[in-house]
Order: sequence, then structure tokens, then C-alpha cells
Amino acid sequence: MTENYNIVIIGGGPAGLSAAVEASKYTDKILVVDENPTPGGQLSKQTHKFFGSKNHYASTRGVNICSTLINSIDKNKVKYMGQTSAVGFYKPDNIVLETEEKLISVKAHKFIFATGAMENMVSFENNDLPGIYGAGAVQTLMNLYGVKPADKVLMIGAGNIGLIVSYQLMQAGVKIAGVVEAAPGIGGYHVHAAKLRRMQVPIYTSHTILGAYGKESVEKAVICEVGSDWQPVSGTEKEINVDTICLAVGLTPSVELLHQAGCGIKYAKELCGYVPLHDKYMETTVPGIFVAGDASGIEEASAAMLEGRMAGLKAAYDIEKFNRSEFINEVEHIEFELKSLRTGPFGEKAASGKKKIFLEER
Amino acid sequence: MRLENHPVLDFKFEEKKQVVFYFEGKELKGYEGEPIAAALHDNGIRLLRKSPKLDRNRGLFCAIGKCSACLMKVNDIPNIKTCIEPLKEGMRVEYQNKKGDLPEVKND
Repeated sequence: MTENYNIVIIGGGPAGLSAAVEASKYTDKILVVDENPTPGGQLSKQTHKFFGSKNHYASTRGVNICSTLINSIDKNKVKYMGQTSAVGFYKPDNIVLETEEKLISVKAHKFIFATGAMENMVSFENNDLPGIYGAGAVQTLMNLYGVKPADKVLMIGAGNIGLIVSYQLMQAGVKIAGVVEAAPGIGGYHVHAAKLRRMQVPIYTSHTILGAYGKESVEKAVICEVGSDWQPVSGTEKEINVDTICLAVGLTPSVELLHQAGCGIKYAKELCGYVPLHDKYMETTVPGIFVAGDASGIEEASAAMLEGRMAGLKAAYDIEKFNRSEFINEVEHIEFELKSLRTGPFGEKAASGKKKIFLEER
Repeated sequence: MRLENHPVLDFKFEEKKQVVFYFEGKELKGYEGEPIAAALHDNGIRLLRKSPKLDRNRGLFCAIGKCSACLMKVNDIPNIKTCIEPLKEGMRVEYQNKKGDLPEVKND
């Protein structure tokens, strides 16, 4: 038996939840599916306060933004299915979901793929040893389930994720042996780096990790300097005793399902990988399939929430054809907010990436 | 170890249901509904499987059901993603053999 929905949203993180909240203002029969038991995605692990303006939930902790979003969902209009994987899209309007050890087929008028991203790996000796985690995994253990993930950590990557997760580890009583960054400077906001430096955490810029060693799991890491040619400088090796190595070396958009559905995909370095082409409403080259959040290029949760709202708004408008001027007002408002996020030294990179994958309106 | 005193988060452990489960036959405790791998970590278990070809140690890596480093045998079913599979009372969690053997089917 095939279930019918107006909108199916794949992914219950900041983008997917925002899409559901926005769309449910205008329409009903919305389904949100996520592989995790509870919705929220990465947002539910963020204990730090967000920046930006009040409209972007500034000075609110991610975890609280998450519960605000979840609480504002009308359960009569939106159904949430956890522990459910979307395994395939069949043209024109059919998606197959794996849930409770069964495959079910679901039809919808519109689809929003808010499938997020996955963490990058970095090559070094024994990089598969237990005790080496993606930064997101460590956040899951400590911030969602209250498990102390380590005693002493070496963080690889001084972008925002590396800096923020290091600080969160310290909040959980974990020692940070240092933060290693191959670039000559810190990639993330200096306010996050300053929090670590105030606690005497060394940040090794122009350094990389050479290897991890230990019998059953990590006992020690070896790092060294990198030259201006990005190659390790021999003779500068340094041993650091840690039981955990945390990788925060960037994210790659998860576009498998969009690719399989036939959406046009293009590489954009600024967006950290292959991403689906989309118009200003977040609609892809396949009519009726929208993308939002990190799956459309790596940015921050604030941008993901706005993109989710845009996709949810347009999907609902296409179904319900509600008041056009109300729709246009709302679109312009979201566009303005997105534009303001994408200005300044950190936002410009995303803005130039988005230009590469921009689809003119049909 | 659990984070009883966190400066920002309150995990409300006292409101959660503690359950017994078995790892390699040994009785352990965890909280119902949390990922199996989180309960194993709390009990100090970080080695979750061996790689199928080269027999290398593997532990939790991505925690979002993508990387396959945490696949284990749960109640005789192999290749369970323990990073996203919720813990239930009485679960039998074991190391799996390489790519995992299918459970025997009993024909009555």
C-alpha cells in the first residue's frame, strides 16, 4: 500500500525541521523522515550560543533552537518518522523508505531533501584505530547521551567545528592536548579560538597529524610541522599522549539521494563538494524536488534554517496557491536574511559557491 | 562514565529507564533508547568490530549511520549500525564475524 502526502521531507535537522514548520503554515499532510530516533540533527548537539541578529536566533543555544523548532510543529499536519532511511527515489513522485525492517513506498506532490553532510577523513597512519572520531560523533556521545567520550583529546582542525567541539569537550571535563591546523592561521571565528587560548590550550597552526598509535585503541598521536608547500617538515615530529583523536577537517554534502533522483549536480569548491543545482526557491533541476541545508553546500545552521523555510514555503505555495503577495513578501524576507548571512569574510565564500550552482528561474 | 554535572546540559538521568543488556555474554547497564554504541562507550568498550579483510580494530567513527565502523551482531542479526540503533532491555550485542553470518532459520 502506498501512503500519500503533500510534502515529504528527508532529514529532520535544522533545514528539514524549518521546512516542515514553514510549510505547515499553509498546508498539511507533511512527512518528515530521519535516520535518527529523535529529530534535530546536528542542532540538538550544539551547546554554544549562535551569532548574528535576533532573526537568526542569535545568543540562543543550538539545543534550545532545536526544541523551539520541534515545539512549533503542528502534529496534526506533520508526521515524524524516526529510524527511517530513504533508500531510493522513483520518478515521478515515489520514494522508498526503510522503516522497522520493512520497505514502504510513499508518494508526495513535493519532496525536500535536507540530507545534511558527512564528515571528511584525513589520511595518516592508523587513521582507523578506535578512539579516532569525527567531531560530530564525539558531540553525539557527550551532548546527546551524556557519555564522557575521552580523557584527553587531540583535535585536528581549527575551523569553527574543531574550536567549538574542543570547548564543549572541556565543558564535559575532558582535557584538550591541543588543536592541530595545517593552514598557517585559524579557520574559525577568533572568539571561539580565544576561549581555548584563555584555557591555555595550544593551537598548532602549520601542523599536521602523521599517525596514531596504540594497541587496541589510541594511546598516542604524532604531529609535525608543515612547510609552505603543505608537506611535512622532517625532524619536527612531536609525540602527544592522548586516548582520543577528533577529526574536524570539514564536511561533504550528502547528495547521494538527489543524484540518484536525477538532479543536476555540479562541483563547487566553496560549498565543499558536489551539490545540486537549484534556483532561488531551492528547487533542483527535477521539478518538485527541493534541497535545503548542508546538502546544498556546507554553511552554518542559520543558513540551513533559512533555506529550509524557503523550500517549505515554495513547496506549499505550489500545492495550495495561497495569496501571492503574501508569498512574495515572505520570499523577499527570507532572501534578505540569507543575503545578510552571506556577506562578510565568512559568508562571501558560500555566496560565490552559490553563484556557481544557481539556476535561473524556469 | 556519565556526565552528571554539566555546566550547560541536564541529562535528567534519574528520569530515564535503566535497562540490562548483554555484551559478549557479559551483563551491562545502559539507558533505554540511547544508541547501543553510547551504552557500550559508557561501559568503557570502544572496540566495536574488526575490519572484514585485514582484521583491523574499528570503533565508533561517524555516529550517523554512514561509515560502517560500528556494525555488530544484535540479537543474532549481523550488520546492525550500533551508532543509531536504540538500546532495548535484554539485547544481546556481540562481535560479528567479518561481514556477518546470517542467523540460522528454523524450519518447523
